[in-house]
Amino acid sequence: MKRDRIVLAHGGGGALTHELIASVIVPKLDNPVLRTMDDSAVLSLGSGEYAFTTDSYVVKPHRFPGGDIGKLAVCGTVNDLAMQGAEPLWLSLGLILEEGLPVAELESIVESIGRTAAGVGVRVATGDTKVVERGRGEAVYINTAGIGRIVTRRRLSAASVQPGDVVLVNGNLAEHGIAVLSQREGIAFRTSVVSDCAALWPLVKTILESGAEVHAMRDPTRGGLAAAVCDIAAASGVGIRLQEKALPVSAEVRGACEMLGLDPLNIANEGKVVVFCRGTDVVRVLDAMRAHPLGRDARVIGEVTEQPKGMVLLRTAIGGERIVDMPTGEDLPRIC
Amino acid sequence: MNEVLKNVAELAGRLGRHVTFMEVCGTHTMAVSRSGLRSLLPANVRLISGPGCPVCVTDTGYMDAAVELARRPGVMVTTFGDLVRVPGSRSSLERERAAGADVRVVYSPSDALVLARENPDKQVVFLGVGFETTVPTVAWTIKKAAQEGVGNFSVLAAHKTMPFAMEALLKDREVKIDGFICPGHVSVITGAKLYRFIPERYGIPCVVCGFEAVDVIQCVAMLLAQLIEKRAAVEIEYTRSVNEDGNLAAQRLIAEVFEECDAAWRGIGVIPRSGLAIRPEFGRWDTAKVFGVRWGEAKPHPGCRCGDVLRGVLTPMACPLFAQSCTPLNPLGPCMVSSEGTCAAYYRYERKGLAA
Repeated sequence: MKRDRIVLAHGGGGALTHELIASVIVPKLDNPVLRTMDDSAVLSLGSGEYAFTTDSYVVKPHRFPGGDIGKLAVCGTVNDLAMQGAEPLWLSLGLILEEGLPVAELESIVESIGRTAAGVGVRVATGDTKVVERGRGEAVYINTAGIGRIVTRRRLSAASVQPGDVVLVNGNLAEHGIAVLSQREGIAFRTSVVSDCAALWPLVKTILESGAEVHAMRDPTRGGLAAAVCDIAAASGVGIRLQEKALPVSAEVRGACEMLGLDPLNIANEGKVVVFCRGTDVVRVLDAMRAHPLGRDARVIGEVTEQPKGMVLLRTAIGGERIVDMPTGEDLPRIC
Repeated sequence: MNEVLKNVAELAGRLGRHVTFMEVCGTHTMAVSRSGLRSLLPANVRLISGPGCPVCVTDTGYMDAAVELARRPGVMVTTFGDLVRVPGSRSSLERERAAGADVRVVYSPSDALVLARENPDKQVVFLGVGFETTVPTVAWTIKKAAQEGVGNFSVLAAHKTMPFAMEALLKDREVKIDGFICPGHVSVITGAKLYRFIPERYGIPCVVCGFEAVDVIQCVAMLLAQLIEKRAAVEIEYTRSVNEDGNLAAQRLIAEVFEECDAAWRGIGVIPRSGLAIRPEFGRWDTAKVFGVRWGEAKPHPGCRCGDVLRGVLTPMACPLFAQSCTPLNPLGPCMVSSEGTCAAYYRYERKGLAA
């Protein structure tokens, strides 16, 4: 059944999103920079290299445990820059407001943007404000674009991962998605899960300064860890083997996922980074990560192998093996 | 864990012949696939999945009826998320929603009732599919709607019960089963005694099983032990939650609102007494009556072998459509669309040899 209209799952960050981008968007706008499809585009300007990215934020509700749409709009874009090894410099801020939004509410969102931006040393350079009729929006949508200066000499890219690399993550998975879900109407569960929403540049900087040979980094947002590692496996043409026992998932998140029939590997994070580094540098990276507050719970979760190319496998807790697949884009609420 | 697996290997060796055990619960399908359990079992023990995923056994005709309702002006269709992408014969709720229909995903039927109260100008239809695990909450919601006199809420009921479906499989000559892994969740409600007729009439061992991988392994060991000892009985592995009689209050609630009826199972056909229909006393909240909706058995996609997969006579990989034209992204059959469907589980977790 061909989809001749946009369905919600097209925005899920999984296979349907990829299909839409590859079949409708890229062919009409194709160029070498766009084609790399990394978290940020890498541009050579003057004597330096810069990362450039954009992201839109439609999270509902716009306030959730651990953050709000303003904080998310800074962190998400800053993190996409950081994944390219770029120090975030400037942001643009596009606001789409719904008629009737209390000004006090907007003030609090902009304050949150300011606070988060100051915390990570990025500044809003330009912006735009539009208002749509009541009922045509959901109080507020935000778009931010970001520019950062690339500080690594080695180009980080989803396509640069090699057999022998080790896979690390900086802490518990799936907390943003579950925290937002728990706030949604119609989902009657109470949880103390708090979104991990955080700007990762300071942690990434520490990792890069450790001198380790890092090949790629990804922030596993929509589609979760599964989408991030599947992307890398496909782009680099390598196999990735994860250890279920090593995957950090809190008991509370695990319980919520079981209740809702969700796989924590497919659930969004907003303050996590998956690092692929040379196997011999793993201690260096781990030490660097653990020395930073955002990386205290950092750990090795898997390794990169030659085979099976383009595929992610998971050694399960009972010793079996299964595939980790690109999520198709489940019918999940908007989480970013 | 290794102890239990070693025990299974030892028992399988002692039995010394090939055996096939069938689970009939979507949660078991997922537990087996997600844990990679099949790869750990001895070569002479085969685990297959039966008609245990409620979405998978829901007839195409039912989805067509749901699509047709969603197209009607003033109707809001509420459903568990799994049904949204299930293809009917021409459309799906996902497509109808994109085209403007009011389709809402809820996590429980009582949420649908809340939506009915909040939207008095809409007729709110809840899609009632599922086994004994979901039926009590649906029954409770219908009773509540009746008590509160909520007139714009109704349930399109296609609920099913497991025991007679298991019997239908045993009567099918193509299906060869040496033991049943009985659903843990369902049995919490129904009690284990419901399956007693299976060993008594058909000589087939049954073990009621919890939903962790380790439960399934333990359950396989218990089934092997029965075969070695040449016994057939209903045993309970999932003793932490299941007893002989089940949850009597939930059973009363089901009986108050629902009555037995014949039901069409996708791929199996009509099985007498295997469904639950809303009693005439609650006809005011029965979508089929309120809207005069009827659905028959509709034709599945040509070439779709979901019926054979559900009966356990075909493994997903042996279906010519599997991972070719039928994928989770573009499912042709119901076993691929539901996350608990056998084909979806195989595709997601076990298609290694195929895709590599």
